[in-house]
Amino acid sequence: MPGTTAPPTAPLITARGLTKRFGSFTAVDAIDFEVAPGESFGFLGPNGAGKTSTMRMIGCVSPLSAGEIRILGLDPARDGPAIRSRLGVVPQEDTLDTDLSVRDNLVIYGRYFGLSRAESARRADDLLEFAQLSERAKDKVDPLSGGMKRRLTIARALINEPSIMLLDEPTTGLDPQARHLLWERLYRLKQRGVTLVLTTHYMDEAEQLCDRLVVMDKARIVAEGSPLELIERYSSREVTELRFPVGVQETLGDRLDGIGDRIDRLPDRVLVYSDDGEAVSAAVRARGLLPQTVLVRRSSLEDVFLRLTGRALVD
Amino acid sequence: MASVPAPFPRPRPIDAYRAAYEHQVLLYLRNWRGSVFGNFAQPVLFLLAMGVGLGSYVDRGGTNATDGVPYLQFLAPALLVSTVMQGAAAEGTFPVLSGFHWVKRYHAMYATPLTARAIAFGQLAWTITHTLLVAVIFALMICLFGAAATPGIVWSVPIGVLTGIAFSAPISAFMTTQRDTNAWNNIWRFGITPLFLFSGTFFPIDRLPELIRPLAWVLPLWHGVDLARALALGTAGQAPLLHAAHLVILLAMAGVGVWAMFVRFRRRLDG
Ligand SMILES: Nc1ncnc2c1ncn2[C@@H]1O[C@H](COP(=O)(O)OP(=O)(O)OP(=O)(O)O)[C@@H](O)[C@H]1O
Ligand SMILES: [Mg+2]
Repeated sequence: MPGTTAPPTAPLITARGLTKRFGSFTAVDAIDFEVAPGESFGFLGPNGAGKTSTMRMIGCVSPLSAGEIRILGLDPARDGPAIRSRLGVVPQEDTLDTDLSVRDNLVIYGRYFGLSRAESARRADDLLEFAQLSERAKDKVDPLSGGMKRRLTIARALINEPSIMLLDEPTTGLDPQARHLLWERLYRLKQRGVTLVLTTHYMDEAEQLCDRLVVMDKARIVAEGSPLELIERYSSREVTELRFPVGVQETLGDRLDGIGDRIDRLPDRVLVYSDDGEAVSAAVRARGLLPQTVLVRRSSLEDVFLRLTGRALVD
Repeated sequence: MASVPAPFPRPRPIDAYRAAYEHQVLLYLRNWRGSVFGNFAQPVLFLLAMGVGLGSYVDRGGTNATDGVPYLQFLAPALLVSTVMQGAAAEGTFPVLSGFHWVKRYHAMYATPLTARAIAFGQLAWTITHTLLVAVIFALMICLFGAAATPGIVWSVPIGVLTGIAFSAPISAFMTTQRDTNAWNNIWRFGITPLFLFSGTFFPIDRLPELIRPLAWVLPLWHGVDLARALALGTAGQAPLLHAAHLVILLAMAGVGVWAMFVRFRRRLDG
């Protein structure tokens, strides 16, 4: 980071025992993590895991209940406004000003960061270009599609040229095309060296965007690593999904035992983990079992999550 | 702990306060057409109906009850203060609910260097600005109608704004605790509207039943109405202590309200 006094490898964010309680309920339970400059760091977890509560503490808008956090070397309790001046925040729920036009939303936001009107307007026009919203500059916000609103929120978060982007479920609720467009824009930011911190409950999103991630479940971090590391550590190279005709799965008993490295039985299918999925399906057939469908695929973070928590990620 | 030197320029508080105010001004500039007509129409309608219409009837009974001036002149400064108060009260309600809850504008602001205090300041400063605008228009209409007894009518403008803040700020503080307008509707129905009618705007409060007269002392509208009227009619000197008390009470209520608003904005934003 230009102008930073700390050495370039010092983490941008350090959290120790980070805790958030609401009354007697603990939403974030003493988690530790670090984010390095230029890194894309993800919080992956199901609904209610504590992702947003964590992001709000990083965003300096939610005081810690316990623990310690340093962002850009500063303590939010003392230097909230200074830290926030270097953040770009995309909250889970849109907070665009629906009484203003698309362009006004950006220009006024720049003013919060102390930009002059002219500078803010110049950046707003560049960002509208970046977000592919130049044609909608004069429109009100409400009629925009969900994907456009999300892009506008990201553009708004970029008006201060932030050191760290905080993205809370940037693509939830969008159709596949809109998601891919957003991913592509975020990828560009990453290439420019912007540090991304994001939450998601989509595996593919985490795999696409995150250099490193933590898996959160019930207020705690249950695993940490790059997507590939996590798959290697908690899953196998390949997964064979077996679907049997209705009622048959329950009658299998121990007839699958010994096939592959590990077996997970879900209500509607059986997952067999191994290094060679085709060999698994051959072995299944050799035992005289006749699944309705057999799907061999590469292992994903979905399998990691299942292994770690015993539950599917998106229900 | 030793203070860590910031590796980047620190945001200046003055920028934050100005930007928060600027946002409110921008909202008005983009949406003013709907409200400005009302700002002119309302005083005209009130002065015509209450002052000219009702006044010609009241004045037939002599002017003893109205401090020796025509009813229109008796009514005008009080009506200004009451109307301005209502506008300010509304300004403390819907924008605040919207800022926290509907549009979530304040939450967007809080993700930037803006502090909770700067955000509350922006809302308050805008309420003062808008209230001032409404009061000035009202005062002009009073002059056009010949409803000003003395040049002292100009005092109605600052008294009106002060009364407005004495209402608007505590209401804003209260609205930070609300998620809908239900409680608010009741306050308006059973609080603001009766206040408008029974705070000495249309008739002096000594005509009120003994029992409810102390209410006028507790709620700030009467203080504003009575003070503005005395200054407009040039009678403030007759009871200097009473009128000084009016001013002190208004200032105190506004001060406490503003303090409560700052505290509550902070609590609500630090979720
Ligand atoms: N202000 C609050 N008051 C009380 N409880 C809260 C508050 N905010 C969050 N919680 C609770 O804390 C838990 C974690 O919530 P959080 O929003 O951090 O989860 P999340 O991982 O972001 O979930 P999602 O994927 O649904 O966004 C939830 O059980 C939630 O109900
Ligand atoms: Mg969330």
